[in-house]
Amino acid sequence: MPGQRDQTGKKLGMWLFLFTEIILFGALFVLYAVYFSWYPKDFILGAKELDLGFGVINTVILLISSFLVAASITAVQNDQRHIALAALAGAQVCGAVFLVNKYFEWGHKIEIGIYPGSERLLDGPAPQNLFFGLYYVVTGLHGIHIGIGMVLLAVSLVLVFCRRITAENDVVLDNCGLYWHLVDLIWIFIFPLFYLVV
Amino acid sequence: MEHASHIFSYKTLGLVLGALLVLTGVTVGASYIDLGWVNVWIALVIASAKASLVLVVFMHMNSAGKGVVVSFLSTVFFLAIMIGFIFWDVAFR
Repeated sequence: MPGQRDQTGKKLGMWLFLFTEIILFGALFVLYAVYFSWYPKDFILGAKELDLGFGVINTVILLISSFLVAASITAVQNDQRHIALAALAGAQVCGAVFLVNKYFEWGHKIEIGIYPGSERLLDGPAPQNLFFGLYYVVTGLHGIHIGIGMVLLAVSLVLVFCRRITAENDVVLDNCGLYWHLVDLIWIFIFPLFYLVV
Repeated sequence: MEHASHIFSYKTLGLVLGALLVLTGVTVGASYIDLGWVNVWIALVIASAKASLVLVVFMHMNSAGKGVVVSFLSTVFFLAIMIGFIFWDVAFR
């Protein structure tokens, strides 16, 4: 069936893109790991400044959102359009709550003088400046991915609503879902590396 | 429809979510026990277990076809080469 083959190609294309994302974040993780192995004491002190509560809550939120996106695919396959719409809307809310938490988390750090180029970091030990530099780059890049993922989920939601995504033709939802799960996957590694090395 | 047979039930997805939340609790709990360098490895092993669950169930890797699985494993392999060689370089500098 030609339609079937087309879907396979679209999915493989999405996966190839995701591999480039894995390498992108992988490179940042290597950078983190090397500096961590050089300056373990400073990195542990830096990690102690991070709020574990925010880290745990955001992890739980992203896991729930991934579940909802996976459930929306099951719902579309079962022709349960309303469940699919509710699940996608729920995942959207999770993404928004994640970003709001990030706003408060970063806001507090900036308030106490921890931000790239701040006097506190420039005058303090250099490895701690490295830790927080990496913290802002990695969580910031991840935050941008959350934003993009929310746009993709919104597009999927509208297409499900307009019956353009159906049980026979759900490759757009599948691919948007893959992107969202990858963003979750990256957070699964960010969380222990930054918050749990204390 | 060979496609529909691969779809996971809500119950399976819910069980996987439960497992992911439990593993999150375990990794947070383990971070309170001071084992030195072992802590980092425990955290990475648990993170990999969580990642595998997400990949296989939420991302439908089990039914994604050989091409996706092989190319994914190659990505992990090349990532390992990158990590390994950089640490090799750093260690003998």
